[in-house]
Amino acid sequence: MTRKQRRATFIITGLAILALAVGLVLNAMRDNIVFFYSPSDIVEKGLEPGRQIRLGGLVEQGSVEHAGPATVTFTVTDLQNSLQVSYTGILPDLFREGQGVVAEGKLQEDGSFIASNVLAKHDEKYMPPEVAEALKKSGNWTGEGAEKKHSETYGQGSYP
Amino acid sequence: MIAEIGHFALVLALGVALIQMVVPMMGAQRHDAAMMAVARPAALMQFALILVAFTALLWAFLTSDFSVSLVAENSHSTKPLIYKISGVWGNHEGSMVLWVAILALYGALVALFGNNLPDALRARVLSVQASVGVAFLLFILLTSNPFLRLDPAPFEGRGLNPLLQDPGLAFHPPFLYAGYVGLSMAFSFACAALIEGRLDASWARWVRPWTLAAWIALTLGIAMGSWWAYYTLGWGGFWFWDPVENASLMPWIIATALLHSAIVVEKRDALKSWTVLLAIFAFSLSLIGTFLVRSGVLTSVHAFAVDPARGVFILGILVIFIGGGLGLYAYRAPALKAGGLFAPISREGALLLNNLLLAAACVAVFIGTLYPLFLDAIGGPKITVGPPFFNLTFVPITLPLLCMVPLGPMLSWKRADVLAAAQRLMAAAGLAFVAGLIVLGFWHKGPWLAPLGMMLAAWLVFGAFSEIAYRLRLFRIPLRESLGKAWHLPRAAWGGALAHAGLGIVLAGIVGMTAWRIEVVTALKTGESTQVGDTVLTLEKVGLREGPNYEATTGIVKVEQDGRFVAYMLPEKRNFPVEKQEKNEAAIRTNFMSDLYVVLGENNGQGAWTIRAYRNYLAPWIWIGGVIMAFGGVISLSDRRYRVGAPLRARKLRLNAQPAE
Repeated sequence: MTRKQRRATFIITGLAILALAVGLVLNAMRDNIVFFYSPSDIVEKGLEPGRQIRLGGLVEQGSVEHAGPATVTFTVTDLQNSLQVSYTGILPDLFREGQGVVAEGKLQEDGSFIASNVLAKHDEKYMPPEVAEALKKSGNWTGEGAEKKHSETYGQGSYP
Repeated sequence: MIAEIGHFALVLALGVALIQMVVPMMGAQRHDAAMMAVARPAALMQFALILVAFTALLWAFLTSDFSVSLVAENSHSTKPLIYKISGVWGNHEGSMVLWVAILALYGALVALFGNNLPDALRARVLSVQASVGVAFLLFILLTSNPFLRLDPAPFEGRGLNPLLQDPGLAFHPPFLYAGYVGLSMAFSFACAALIEGRLDASWARWVRPWTLAAWIALTLGIAMGSWWAYYTLGWGGFWFWDPVENASLMPWIIATALLHSAIVVEKRDALKSWTVLLAIFAFSLSLIGTFLVRSGVLTSVHAFAVDPARGVFILGILVIFIGGGLGLYAYRAPALKAGGLFAPISREGALLLNNLLLAAACVAVFIGTLYPLFLDAIGGPKITVGPPFFNLTFVPITLPLLCMVPLGPMLSWKRADVLAAAQRLMAAAGLAFVAGLIVLGFWHKGPWLAPLGMMLAAWLVFGAFSEIAYRLRLFRIPLRESLGKAWHLPRAAWGGALAHAGLGIVLAGIVGMTAWRIEVVTALKTGESTQVGDTVLTLEKVGLREGPNYEATTGIVKVEQDGRFVAYMLPEKRNFPVEKQEKNEAAIRTNFMSDLYVVLGENNGQGAWTIRAYRNYLAPWIWIGGVIMAFGGVISLSDRRYRVGAPLRARKLRLNAQPAE
């Protein structure tokens, strides 16, 4: 193998791996990113059921009910529109009525929402950024700088 | 008073760092020995001053001095001692002090133990190192002063986030930072070599131990963080592909690549400019990680825009050091002479392929982590990139890499014979195949990929054994001679094999946990039972318990297997009155082959408690494997080639060969 051929081999291998990485990333980008919606977005835009999304807003006061042995239903609202969510499992430590929440799951044919994951965060002052955004959009934002405290706890976790 | 001393010490440290940045570099350029000699005492002095500041802060936390605002906001007099200590770095300002303290420690170590470095190189390294110190000390003093006073001082502090009140997380940041910051050494050595325009095998021998030390700390830090997430967050997951986790994974991937490419520089004098580039990237990713975690940009791009002082400052540091490093590289790298040639199929070729795949994996993680932020910043839709994205990108890129790990060390330098190498691995391949079959026999219910994954894991472990066996000529020469060879085998070889075997164990743990986990979510009244696999859990009682600074609702869960009593498990929900927060404390029972993991939820209002239980197969292997990898690093670090003898000899050679400049 001449020097030129050698170099060509290395360059082609490098480019092939780069192409592989880019291809995989683009492919994964197509179907595997999860969009965030507020209840208003869903009601107004008429979202297709069946796609994995994140729904964010406040847990409506008095809406939390135990629907089955380990199943809880609650209403997520941005104070304009609201949506009922059903979840089986243990709610996060800081899940409270009247506080911010993000539910990840799928919209059902009947307009309800089944969550596979419920995320609430570890601070009574904290509000998931998406929720704050949704409230700001619907004109119901009251807090100021409520997001700051969270980043100071190592930014630990996007409320897993 | 103590706090003011701490503040003053930080200011003095900045002054010393400025001197250390400027004087030795000028000295090195002018060949002025006296100016270069400033570097060592300055590095020691800078460390001593930052240590004073750190101790002052620690003192404020230990004595619960609530007139210091940081203490008032993050501590409480009833907090156990260990969390008063970890409270120092459990917040933004304190963690930055820890950051610069570790940075200065590395500088001081070079000053103390860098006797074998040429004077000019040492002066330049310490000078570059000091420039990083200057940037971060300025950052602390201008935007994040930890010593601000409160007047009037409150009687009591606000406490520490309960999630951080945990032994695992108490020591996670120091390790992670030791890793992050340790990569600054690689960066400093790279910049110094570029300025000097000379880079040879001995450079690699000097830079490798520092990179290795940083890599060990980073490995342990990541393993600790993942373990913490596993047992605290109550989900039983070990990796969430959270941006904060990715921020530590990216430097780790590039540091791993750097460790491997530095071998090529050391042994074959090739891949030099690539290695320097990796060194710059490794530290750049540490800085990006610091930026992501510290600027608040992850919480919200908008929060960042509202209060940009800190974020913009770190962004500025980022631009200066990454831009400066890459600029220097573009300007000087062509001056580095290309070294030894090698055929594509050779040890060097395998290490290069390892590097390319690791770099590609890092690119995938980078895009997945930063793309959502980028979209948000330009006003695009809000998106989350979760595990499915990384499973489809990171995993396919790393799989071929894992398959090749045992092959690489069997190839010879310069030009290799793949068939011969494969023959040496026949035994390992056979054993891995058998292991896969055995797994298939036991767990035929799980996904069909799982036995293949276990086969790959076994291939890594047996491959590592094969490498050692081959080097010892085990079973080819009498056992006595093999043992004699074992004694003389370089520790780096043992370390490498151990790290590769550890990787296999981590992989087995990941496969076991993702493929076979059993999950049960149910509600139990006291006296009722549920079944997790072949284990029966009975909720005997739920009661209250007093902790040092919390109240816990504790469930007593009886564990039975095949009708025999095994143990009681005590999952609990802790309520922290000071912080007004709740925290779930999962009960975990491990036998090292699997974990039984029980979480107590809330009362559902009908007298029953929500219970979430998992059987996580091979879960402990993930962290055991991580520790084995780090231990492999430690063994390799103790290799005597990286200590006195070899570099000294190299130095003598260099001194003799040094041309008149």
